[in-house]
Amino acid sequence: MTSAERTDILVIGSGFGGAITAYHLAAGGAKVVILERGPWVPSDEFDQGFELGTSSTRIFDFVAGDGMSVLGGNCVGGGSVVYFATMPRAPRFVFERQGSVGRRMWPSAINRDSLEPWYDRVTEALPISHQTWEQVPYPGGLWAAACNHAGRTANLPNVAIDTSLCTNCNWMMAGCRFDAKRSLLLNYLPAAVSHNAEIRPLHEVQKITRVDDWYRVHYNVIDDEDYRETTGSGEIDAKIVIVAAGAGATPVILQRSEPELGTMPYGVGRYFSGNGERLNTAVIDEDKAREVLGLSRPNGSAYEANQIGRGPTVVCWDHLDGSLPEHSRFALEQLYFPPGLGTILAQAPGVEGRYAWFGPEKKEMLRHWKSWLTIFILSEDNNEGVFGPPPPTGNSARISQQMLGRGALSYEPSKETLRGWAEADAEIKDILERDGLAKVRPWTNDLVGAYTVHPLSSCRIGDDPGTSALDHRHELRNHPGIFVTDGSAVPGALTVNPALTIAALAERAIPGIVQAAQDRGIQVKYGAPAPDGARSAARAVTPLLPSLVAR
Amino acid sequence: MDTSTETTRTMTLEAFADTFVPGEKRSPDDVAIAGAAYGAGAVAAGAIELLEMPATGVASGLDDIVTTLNDHASSYAAEHHIPIDVAVPPFVALDYEHRSALIRELTAPGHPEKEFWVLTALFCFMAFDTAAHMDTVSALENGHPGLTTMGFTKPDPDGLWRFPDYSYGRQLARSHPDTTPNGDPA
Repeated sequence: MTSAERTDILVIGSGFGGAITAYHLAAGGAKVVILERGPWVPSDEFDQGFELGTSSTRIFDFVAGDGMSVLGGNCVGGGSVVYFATMPRAPRFVFERQGSVGRRMWPSAINRDSLEPWYDRVTEALPISHQTWEQVPYPGGLWAAACNHAGRTANLPNVAIDTSLCTNCNWMMAGCRFDAKRSLLLNYLPAAVSHNAEIRPLHEVQKITRVDDWYRVHYNVIDDEDYRETTGSGEIDAKIVIVAAGAGATPVILQRSEPELGTMPYGVGRYFSGNGERLNTAVIDEDKAREVLGLSRPNGSAYEANQIGRGPTVVCWDHLDGSLPEHSRFALEQLYFPPGLGTILAQAPGVEGRYAWFGPEKKEMLRHWKSWLTIFILSEDNNEGVFGPPPPTGNSARISQQMLGRGALSYEPSKETLRGWAEADAEIKDILERDGLAKVRPWTNDLVGAYTVHPLSSCRIGDDPGTSALDHRHELRNHPGIFVTDGSAVPGALTVNPALTIAALAERAIPGIVQAAQDRGIQVKYGAPAPDGARSAARAVTPLLPSLVAR
Repeated sequence: MDTSTETTRTMTLEAFADTFVPGEKRSPDDVAIAGAAYGAGAVAAGAIELLEMPATGVASGLDDIVTTLNDHASSYAAEHHIPIDVAVPPFVALDYEHRSALIRELTAPGHPEKEFWVLTALFCFMAFDTAAHMDTVSALENGHPGLTTMGFTKPDPDGLWRFPDYSYGRQLARSHPDTTPNGDPA
C-alpha cells in the first residue's frame, strides 16, 4: 500500500527533548531518524557577529504572537545551541503548584524528590558544574553586590559550561565558538549518531497522519539560506513518533494533524506558559557603583561591563519561598541580552509615560550601554497562552529570510501574572535604585507583548485529561505511540531556567517509550549509560523503571 | 525642492528611522533628519540600507510604508491644524514632536497597523545597535556610529572576542540559606 521510507522511531526536533530520546532509543537498538527544521552548524561556523545571514540569524527564531513573542533555537541541537546554559533544578514548591486549574498541575508521580535521579542523569551527561565567585563576570558580580547591599542573598546557579574554555565573550546566542558551552552537539547528539541515529537538518515537519499501524510524518525541506523557501517534501513512516519541536511548534504540528489523525486532547495548544518571564534594564551610575558597592576594575572603571560575561551568572532566589502565595514567587537573574531584538523594548529610565522606548532619551540610554545591567524575572504565570489555527506551514508565517515570523499564539496575562510581575519589578527597583546606584525600568510589553526565551506547557503532562494533553509517561492521550518530550510537556512555569527540568523529564520518559516500542515489535532495550559512558547516574535509576512503564 | 518619487521615498524613510534613534542634521538644510539629538542616529547607522535588504522581509513593502505614513501624516496635520510645507513629504514636514506623536499613535496597542510599524521600527533600531546590514568586525573597524556610540568593544585581531579581564574575583554576596549542598534552590 505504501512505498514511504520506514524507520522504527521518528523524532521531530533535536533539542533536549529530541536529542535525549534519540540517543537512548538508538543506543538501545532502535532505528532512529531525527528531523530538524533548522541547519546543522558546526562550532567553527558559529559567527561572532550580528550581520543578517550569520549564525546569529541562522540558528535563532523569533516568533511574534498576539500578546506573547517566543524566542527559540532553530538548528540541530535546538535550544541548547543558543541557550545560556544556566541549569538550576526547579524548587520543591513548583511541583505542588495549582495554577488556574484548582488542583495540582503536575502528575502525582512527579515531585522534586522523584525527579532528582533524572536531574542527576542529565547533570552527569552534559555535564553540569558549579561556578565559583572567582569566575563570576562583572555583571553578575555587580548584581550580587547590589543584592547584598540591599540585604538580599545572591546565588551562583550551576551551569553547563566548561569555564576553563570560556572567554566571557557573550556570543552564546549565536552558538559557542569555543565549545565551552555544553550544548547537545557535544554529548547526546554525537552519541546518538554513533549508534546510527540519522539527523536530517532543514527538514520541517508539517503534520502526522496514520497508515495502518504506522504513523506517517510529512515534512518539507527548507532552503538553507532563505527559510521562506521550500525545496522539497517527503514522508517517513514510523511505529513511534517523538514530538519535540519545542513548545512553540509541537502543538502546531499536532493541531495541523488533527483533521486526518483524529481529535486531539483538549490540552494541545492550550495552557502555554512564558515561564513568567520579563526583563528590566538598569543604567548603572558608575560613580555610585564605586562609592556604594566598593567595586573597581583593573582598567579604572567601576563597571562598564555589560558586554562581558556568559549570559546569566548570579541570581537572587530570596523569593523562591514555598510559603509565599502563588505568583509572588520569582527568581531575579542577572542576564546579558545582546543587541538586536531586545533593544527596542528597553525603556529609558526617568521618562514619564508609556513611550520611553524611542526618541532622544532612549538614544541617551544607548550612549550608556556599557553600564546597562539587565535583570531577568522568572515567575509564575497562569498558563494563559492559546494557539490559534496553524499557519500553512511551520509554526509561523515567516517574514524575514531567517529568524522573524508571525505565529498563532495569543496570550493575555491574568491579573495574578501581572501582580507577580509588578512585585518583581518593585523588588528590582528597590535593590538597584537604593542609594542612587542605578535607574531601572521594565521592558515595554506594548510592542510585541510579553517576551519569553523559555516557552513551556503547550502540550503538557498531567493526571487530568481535561487539562493535560499527555499522561505522566508523556504519551499523547488517545494517540498511542506518539510521545511529546520537549518544553511543551512541562506543566507550568518553573520560576527558574527550565532546560534542566525539560531534559530530566525527557530522561524520565525513556523507559515508557522503550516499553511502547517493544509492544510494537521494535527490538530495543533500556539501559544506555551517559553519552560518555559514565554509569553512576544510570545505575541509580534502575530501581525506578517499573513505575515508569505503567500506564 | 525635488519631490520625485525616489526623493519622497528616501526622505520619508529617513524621517521615519530618525524618529526612533534621532541624530543630528547632516547639513543646515537637512529636513529629513529632525536634529532631535546630537551625534549620529539610525539614518547615519544605515537604517535605510538595512530596510532595503530583501532578507528583512520588509524591503518589498517600503513603497507602501512611505505612502501610508505620508497619508497618516496628512491626516494628523489636518486633525491638529498644523500647517505643513507642501514642498516636502507630509511626514517630513512635521517637526520631531509631531512625528513622534504620530508614531506613538501608530504603534499603540489596538492600532490595526501596529505590527507593521513595530516591525519596521525594529530594523531601524537594529541598524543602530547591531549594524545588521554589514559585517560586525568591519563595522567596528570603520567606526559604525551605533556600535561606537554604545561602546561595543572591538574583537581580538582574529575577529573573535575574549575578555581576560572579566571578574571582580571575590565573593560579593552570601548564598540563600536554603540552597542545597549541590547548589540548587531547595
